[in-house]
Amino acid sequence: MDEDVFLERDRGLSQDQRAELGLGALVFVVVALLLAMLAFVFHEAWPSFAHNGLGWFGGGGNVDRQIEAIFNSGEYKTAPVYTFHAWPLIWSTIVITVGAVAIAFVAALFIAVFMIEFAPAWLRRILEPVVRLLASVPSVIYGLAGVLVIVPLIGNHLITQSEKAAVTPTIQLSGASLLAAVLILTVMIAPIMIAVFADGLRAVPRGWLEGSLALGINEWRTFWKVAVRTARPVLVAGTVLATARALGEAIMVSMVSGGVGFAPNPVDGLIFFFEPSQPLAATIIRNTEGLGSPPMKHTLYAIAAVLLFSSAMLSAIGWAAKQPMRRYGVVP
Amino acid sequence: MSTTAASPVRRPNSSSVSWRLSDRLGLGLAWVLGLLFCAIAAAIVIYFLVEGIRYLRPNLLVTNPAAASSESQTGGFLDPLLGTVILGTMAMAIAVPVGVGIAVWLSEFGRPTGLARVAESAVEMLAGEPSVVLALFGAILFTVPALGFLSQTTHGVVLGQSFFAAAALLSLVGLPLVVASTREGLQAIPSHVREASYAVGKTKIATTRRVLLPAARPSMLTGTMLGLGRVISDTAIVLLLLGGTLTFQAANSTPVLGLLRGTGDTLTGYIYYNAPTGDGNQPSKAYAAAFVLMLFVLALNLGVDVVLGRSRTAVTWK
Amino acid sequence: MKKPPPVRRLTGNEGYAPRAFVAPAPPPRALGAADANGNGHRPSPAFAAPSSRAARGAAMAIDRMQVEELSVTYGSKPAVKSVSLPIRQGEVLALIGPSGCGKTTLLRSLNRLTELTRGASASGRITLDGVDIATMEPTALRRRVTMVFQQPNPFPMSVFDNVAYVLREQASRRPRRAAVRGAVRDALARAGLLDEVADNLDHPALRLSGGQQQRLCIARALAADPEVLLLDEPCSALDPQSTRLIEELIIKLREDVAIVIVTHNLQQAYRIADCVAFMYLGELVEYGSAHKMFGSPREKRTRDYVGGAFG
Repeated sequence: MDEDVFLERDRGLSQDQRAELGLGALVFVVVALLLAMLAFVFHEAWPSFAHNGLGWFGGGGNVDRQIEAIFNSGEYKTAPVYTFHAWPLIWSTIVITVGAVAIAFVAALFIAVFMIEFAPAWLRRILEPVVRLLASVPSVIYGLAGVLVIVPLIGNHLITQSEKAAVTPTIQLSGASLLAAVLILTVMIAPIMIAVFADGLRAVPRGWLEGSLALGINEWRTFWKVAVRTARPVLVAGTVLATARALGEAIMVSMVSGGVGFAPNPVDGLIFFFEPSQPLAATIIRNTEGLGSPPMKHTLYAIAAVLLFSSAMLSAIGWAAKQPMRRYGVVP
Repeated sequence: MSTTAASPVRRPNSSSVSWRLSDRLGLGLAWVLGLLFCAIAAAIVIYFLVEGIRYLRPNLLVTNPAAASSESQTGGFLDPLLGTVILGTMAMAIAVPVGVGIAVWLSEFGRPTGLARVAESAVEMLAGEPSVVLALFGAILFTVPALGFLSQTTHGVVLGQSFFAAAALLSLVGLPLVVASTREGLQAIPSHVREASYAVGKTKIATTRRVLLPAARPSMLTGTMLGLGRVISDTAIVLLLLGGTLTFQAANSTPVLGLLRGTGDTLTGYIYYNAPTGDGNQPSKAYAAAFVLMLFVLALNLGVDVVLGRSRTAVTWK
Repeated sequence: MKKPPPVRRLTGNEGYAPRAFVAPAPPPRALGAADANGNGHRPSPAFAAPSSRAARGAAMAIDRMQVEELSVTYGSKPAVKSVSLPIRQGEVLALIGPSGCGKTTLLRSLNRLTELTRGASASGRITLDGVDIATMEPTALRRRVTMVFQQPNPFPMSVFDNVAYVLREQASRRPRRAAVRGAVRDALARAGLLDEVADNLDHPALRLSGGQQQRLCIARALAADPEVLLLDEPCSALDPQSTRLIEELIIKLREDVAIVIVTHNLQQAYRIADCVAFMYLGELVEYGSAHKMFGSPREKRTRDYVGGAFG
């Protein structure tokens, strides 16, 4: 009888140890895979960066023609061409992303505040599921709506004939534009931000709000000065999350932004909003046939590497931003 | 008992106000934006509802797409619909066990702490990763000869596009959501439950399997549904890794494996193809497919609500 | 059985004598049940009457608020039934009673915080300096009648910002730091906290101890320069040392501000109250000076409660 117990204990690893090793191995494999992916992308991207140096990020030349040249050099087995100055693409990415995030931030903050504190109960019951629903709509559907509704709207009703004529030699104003991309991207990322902001605001202890009200401060001010101020880290985290999403959005943007490697010029005045462009993520999608051509492949991977790096940085910032709130014992 | 000496009745600072103009403007703006948001949401929903109903015919759901010049002959989207279902299932079949395993390890074990921290960061990073980048990664990965068995090889060149390939990358898309939800569910269980189990001699892994995971089931379910929602909404990975053929093109005649090694399409790819910017350019079909896809997404959302609602009325840990 | 240490009344220093807290006689099986002679059992008074009520007292009290026939219901449940009592500057009014008797609801009606609860409705009248508070703007009212809560709830800001919060947010234009510094120090001094935080007013408020946080909340409430200060069981979450500090503080403050304190702790009421209102199941059972309420209460229920027969 007693021997059974001893035998049990001697039988190699215990159940727990085996489980720990097994699960730990699983985690290790997944992490290794992700790190390998990182390394792989940067490895494949290297030739493009090596050939262009920092000029990769700069301007110079027509980026569409450069892409074509790169593709052809690989297709037709001539000497590989890597010349690539991605500035118009980068600029387009910056304008669209920053524009959408800025508008969405203001809107999402006010809507979240409204939803949590000031909306009547019936309206709140509608808003919350609607926010969640909009946050889960596939991007291709947003793109569809954009192409079929927003782009014609802009092209036919907002852009005047004279404006179109003014820029005809260089580009075509068809409605697929910065404005379309920013508008739809805003509608796409706002629900995510609203959901994150709302979670953070909800986590603020009611005692603080009641304490402020009991001092004679009105409800709006109370909520703003106490809850929103306390939830500042969540605001940062939500914004960063939305920025990463906006940055990486390829499908919808490729459908509505115009597909031309053109850097929209703010100096053009109102026409600036109507100019077509092509952000980085959309560039990848539009050139996927080029993967067979090695120089093209490296160039695409270089673009992917830039996106990968940016979103990793944003994730890190978002994580770091959430920490201060835990100090108050408020866990969103 | 009443006032004797007149005490100076203090009045608040005469310049103090209850509601400043900026406060009123702020509240007004909140209302305006809130209602505007509702209006936009309603517009989107109604728009797709109307257009979808207009163009959705039952036969679209059961016929396959065909390459033809006239719209009446281009068929429906049966295969893309099935493709969505198959890919979703396959991707989550990978993501859920792996995700739960990672979540359990992070929550209940978590040593060495270095690996735990790296794992947490890696999953967080993965969550924010654009799917184009994942797609691009997979596009090269699966053309490696060693992985040729997962797709087709013609003339010695590995195609690298198949259901297996797409599912593998899509599982990465769904993974962070499963991990996060499950972890949250496990961490919500108070420690005295675990201690009670250890106190009767149960091992950690048995406790996890028999006590903790069943209790965290709503969270796991929520994470799975959220992940599935993400997976079926993805287009980039599908475009690069599924081959984009209108119908299923099996790799060989083996019943299931042949299909999964072959190429096909999903609803998202189909919509992208039939949008005005795509090669197919048949908006009516795109609307119909979008409607069906939205129904799936709606169903998943409702499912999450139901699970969360039910779990709230379930036993609490007091 | 060892006798607990004596409980002293803290109000004023004139002519009090430390009285022993006498443990009440063991209650009979049923309250009020007749003993062998058919006489109802009366629990002996738990507190011997103080030898003299402080002479300064009622004559200097100034009427601030008047509660007239106030009834508050939450949905269909009545929480407060037709209560009337005065609130005066110069005295501390203690609301006592067992859990659920409505004392907190009554307190919260005084600054209209009950309006924040859905389904709450009230009838009757409360006046502040003769003006019906229902006709005032709630925020204006709450600046004149401020409240300190049971759990200290300082904002996640510095000590200075916490106290300055009221001054900054109430002004029509945000005053500069220099302008409010005097008022902030003043409020902290009145709350007895200045000495402890003077060297660093920018210390985060959440890092103070519980007792300091509560005194900070009192300072914050005082910064609004209120006419009435409401305290909802302010010491129940604190240690005895902090409790003592706050009780002494309350005594000092009563000259300038009318004070209403809800307390679960009979000894605390005994120590600091000038007037006591005993509530039970929403009704105001008895109201009177502390001397009377603890010494020779009129109502039987009051006697039973004060004698510790139920709680």
